[in-house]
Amino acid sequence: MGPELPLVDTVLTVERLTLSFAGLVAIDGLSFSLRAGELLGIIGPNGAGKTSVLNCINGFYHPQSGRIHLGGREITHQPPHVRARLGIGRTFQNIALYPAMSALANIMSGRLIHMRSGVLAGGLYWGPAEREFLRHRARVEEIIDFLEIEAHRNHRVAELPYGIQKKVELGRALAMAPGLLLLDEPMAGMSAEEKADMARYILELREVRGLPMILIEHDMGVIMDLCDRLICMDYGKKIAEGPPQEIQHHADVIRAYLGEDHAVVGGGGRGGGEEA
Amino acid sequence: MSLQFALEGVVIGLAVGSIYALIALGFALLYKSTKILNLAHGELVLFGGYLAIALTRSLPLPLLLAFLLAIIGTLAAAALLGFAIERTIMRPLFGQPALSVIIVTLALGYIVRGVMVGVWGGDTRQFPPVLPADVIHLGSLTMPRVGLVSALVALALLVLFSLFFRYSLWGIAMRAAANEQLTASTLGVSLTRVFAYAWAFAAIAGSVGGILLGLWLGVNFALNFVGLKALAAVILGGLDSIPGAILGGLILGVVENVIGGYIDANVRFPGFSLYGFKEITPFLVILIVLMIRPYGLFGTEHVERL
Repeated sequence: MGPELPLVDTVLTVERLTLSFAGLVAIDGLSFSLRAGELLGIIGPNGAGKTSVLNCINGFYHPQSGRIHLGGREITHQPPHVRARLGIGRTFQNIALYPAMSALANIMSGRLIHMRSGVLAGGLYWGPAEREFLRHRARVEEIIDFLEIEAHRNHRVAELPYGIQKKVELGRALAMAPGLLLLDEPMAGMSAEEKADMARYILELREVRGLPMILIEHDMGVIMDLCDRLICMDYGKKIAEGPPQEIQHHADVIRAYLGEDHAVVGGGGRGGGEEA
Repeated sequence: MSLQFALEGVVIGLAVGSIYALIALGFALLYKSTKILNLAHGELVLFGGYLAIALTRSLPLPLLLAFLLAIIGTLAAAALLGFAIERTIMRPLFGQPALSVIIVTLALGYIVRGVMVGVWGGDTRQFPPVLPADVIHLGSLTMPRVGLVSALVALALLVLFSLFFRYSLWGIAMRAAANEQLTASTLGVSLTRVFAYAWAFAAIAGSVGGILLGLWLGVNFALNFVGLKALAAVILGGLDSIPGAILGGLILGVVENVIGGYIDANVRFPGFSLYGFKEITPFLVILIVLMIRPYGLFGTEHVERL
């Protein structure tokens, strides 16, 4: 596996994170931490700042204040590629694959950070480079097996159905052998069956591999079932944090989603909503 | 137009076109990986030609050895120039509007050209006779030896660069960044390094083009016009297509030598002739191609899903 995180209980710590764009506050003094092997869900209405949090963690956005630690190491000012090499993998709300390349090549691109062969050896496919390539290829095949996309391996991504593209994107993130996985709406726009598959993969990653993950998802049924713990955001602030059952009945959460006068939030009632 | 004239035009055109292709490749790669339309590319061509001539002449060594060392020195200097441009001028401009960046490259081009003309003067400069100035016979066709050698060198480099981008780790990283910058960075690709390499690479490809054209035709300050032809080749092939840039260069070479050459030699009007038509033929071709296929012959047709 890839870059290993130190054996500490806390994988990621976010302290008093504040991010604003020209006066618009996207994240307002957010603090939370992620424990080893934990699956943490972030929920909140559209525009609450959920994706901005992921963008701060993986380095796309640079917060005006606050600090982010990954496994005891401060990464607040590291560029995205360094954080990728430190073990942060992610998927995107709008799929960001290489459409003209095959599913296999896309997943293989996740192995880039683990490739060692120099320019010449890699170019000429010589002995050690060939062995290395085969080793990466074997890892990628394991992932393809895991995600059950054997049949789509050699198809151009642009030609694949949306649900399969989502799987390929997860596969590419897994190919990096991350120590922390950020999933931005992995089930948006999927059929019920595809959602069930995706939920199964996420559970297996947590149960079998103990991979810590942060999950943004609008399907409340899914997120309540899967996550160990939830954070609810509204207008960039954390308004609630706790186990799913607790969050489900939290007065502020209900208010954020439904407005002042409603008292009930149904599990799965807002399922399938997509963030624009 | 006799068959002989056409064939000869095709052969010479392919030879010149392979040099255009090499220059265009540098241009296209830079555009692909950084989204910067580098209007100073022609000046990088000039830089290579001028510096290689100056070094060849000034090294107190046997001619061929001096020439070889001059080439190595020029390529190293070109790479350094590329890195320097990226580090000092382009990196601070990262994220600025595309138009501002393009205008900066235009200014950069004028400065580089001004400095070179200041140092080496405005006259055409020639390499010392590195290659015999004779003609090679290919069946019934003839071609200057220097043209054939230039074409072979350009072709070899095109193959080498293609292999680099296809198979080497850095080539793959650069292609990944070219496709989608932010995504590549989440996969561990350092964008600043990719940009630096792209500039160095563009400077090297341009300089080699300048050396090859210099060997063939000599170098003067108007050679930067070739940068415009490379732009034309790249637009013809499709701005974001590397194979397109190579093919665009070859097509331009052939078209300007066959059609342009024919018109120059044969079309006469009472009172004036169309001498110099060769130079504008490539641009007429682009005009026609872009009217039919606005994204170039091989460029990505932009269809956004809304």
